Amino acid sequence: MSSQTAGASEHDTKQDTGGPIISVRDLRVKYGDREILHGVSLDIQPRETIAILGGSGSGKSTLLRTMVGLEKPASGTVSIHGTNLSRASASELDQVRKKIGLSFQGGALIGSMTVAENVALPLREHTNLAGSTIDVMVRIKLQQVGLIKFQHFMPSQLSGGMKKRAALARAMAMDPEILFFDEPSAGLDPIIAAGIDNLILNLKKALAVTIVVVTHELASAFLVADRIIVLDGGHIVADAPAEELKRSTHPRIQQFLNRVADSDTAEDVDYLSLFMEQLLKPSHMEGR
Amino acid sequence: MRAMLWHRVSDRGRMAGIYDRIVGPLSTIGGLVERGLAYIGSLAELVGQAVAQVFVSPLKRSLNFQRACHQAMVVGVGALPVISFITFFIGVIMALQGAYELRRFGALHLVADTVAISITRELGPLVAAIVVIGRSGSAFAAEIGTMKVTEELDALSTMALHPVGFLVTPKLVAMLVMMPCLTIWADLMGVLGGSVFGVNGADYTFASYLAATLDALYMRDIVTGLVKSFVFGLVITAVGCREGFATGAGSDEVGRSTTAAVVNSIFLVVFVDLVFTAIFYVTSGV
Repeated sequence: MSSQTAGASEHDTKQDTGGPIISVRDLRVKYGDREILHGVSLDIQPRETIAILGGSGSGKSTLLRTMVGLEKPASGTVSIHGTNLSRASASELDQVRKKIGLSFQGGALIGSMTVAENVALPLREHTNLAGSTIDVMVRIKLQQVGLIKFQHFMPSQLSGGMKKRAALARAMAMDPEILFFDEPSAGLDPIIAAGIDNLILNLKKALAVTIVVVTHELASAFLVADRIIVLDGGHIVADAPAEELKRSTHPRIQQFLNRVADSDTAEDVDYLSLFMEQLLKPSHMEGR
Repeated sequence: MRAMLWHRVSDRGRMAGIYDRIVGPLSTIGGLVERGLAYIGSLAELVGQAVAQVFVSPLKRSLNFQRACHQAMVVGVGALPVISFITFFIGVIMALQGAYELRRFGALHLVADTVAISITRELGPLVAAIVVIGRSGSAFAAEIGTMKVTEELDALSTMALHPVGFLVTPKLVAMLVMMPCLTIWADLMGVLGGSVFGVNGADYTFASYLAATLDALYMRDIVTGLVKSFVFGLVITAVGCREGFATGAGSDEVGRSTTAAVVNSIFLVVFVDLVFTAIFYVTSGV
């Protein structure tokens, strides 16, 4: 199992060929005074499929948001194609973002547009393709995710699974080099969730893309990922191929894999003492 | 000695009390002014970004034009019925209120002048602005706020689409074009409302009422109203969109930002109205 610090000094410089497509170095992210990620480092190679696994509050969604430039790190760097997102100009950041696609947990489809218009949006905005060409491309993308019959539906008319598939079609619209998935199977029944996993597997086989899946679903992570990164409390506790991870003796990973709850941290409360303490407080005596 | 010390201590206490009474309210006023200026600064920043986006992506002007046209239909054409009714009624009300005073002086024939001037200089633009705040300012805040809660703004950003350019610029362009148009329409409906009283309650025919209105009006009366309406459009869009972007996490936050958009817009529109009316008064001598 390689640790988070493995290779930390190897990829600090700009690399266009041969190096990692995503490089995260000593990343710290804070919300106010609360630090969510405590010095995370990782590399993702081109055409690799990575699952970032972790429980609620582990910082996995924050890591994803920082990797696509939606959150600013307090310190450390995220580089995509050698471009440091923190130091990139607005136009450089746009260039990077045109090469990535993000499928949001809730879909995040534009509510005032149909499914087809949502998928066409990046194509219309960033290319000079003719309307008829865009229509064909939209149909291809929707066919890939099995939503061709629903192209004229509004997002509010779609089920949760359909929204995720439509969001995936939109994320694929610009034929990105990196596809990010935020909790692709969360909130879905097992059959629909398995369908989404199969979709990711098909994309992995059909397209030469790098895939980063952020999830808390063990089965999904082990099914789709070449390598799994486990986050816990803002730290990477494991970074290894799926089979190797299963053999890990790390107590936190074992706890996660075996679905063992944290020990009950609630303290016993002596309500009678508390009541007496309140009753005999000096403030009650002052009035007498 | 003890008495002297006691006096000194009590003097110090009294001084502290006076200090608190003076400094406390001053610091409160200072805080309010600071927050107000920061708010106006944030509005100016948003408008600046929205205007800059018009020039940033010239290749996509046709798309921006389509979005602006759509917004113009929603903001402008959609508001026509309610603005027509309200300003028509206000025209009748102004005529009735004016006539109540004018007839005491035997000057009922001046009712057309009263209605024309009050509607074109003040009530037309103000009523149109208040209706647009209720319909569109609140809708801007709710739309952008909901998009923020549902991560649609983040989705736009990850697609390299700028939320300000995508959402605010078309609304701003539509509003700047439609507010003066709505104001002209409101002026017409107000005068029409006044004519109902003029024909039935004073000795006017419809034609003579319109002629009296045209005689009473100067071009500057209409232009001052239109200038104000243009600035009102700017304020309503900036406040509505700013409150939308300031929406926090959770659906109750959308309600808060919608309320803030309406209240702040009405306050700022009336404040801007006051400033412009004062400027027009000083510069034109009327």
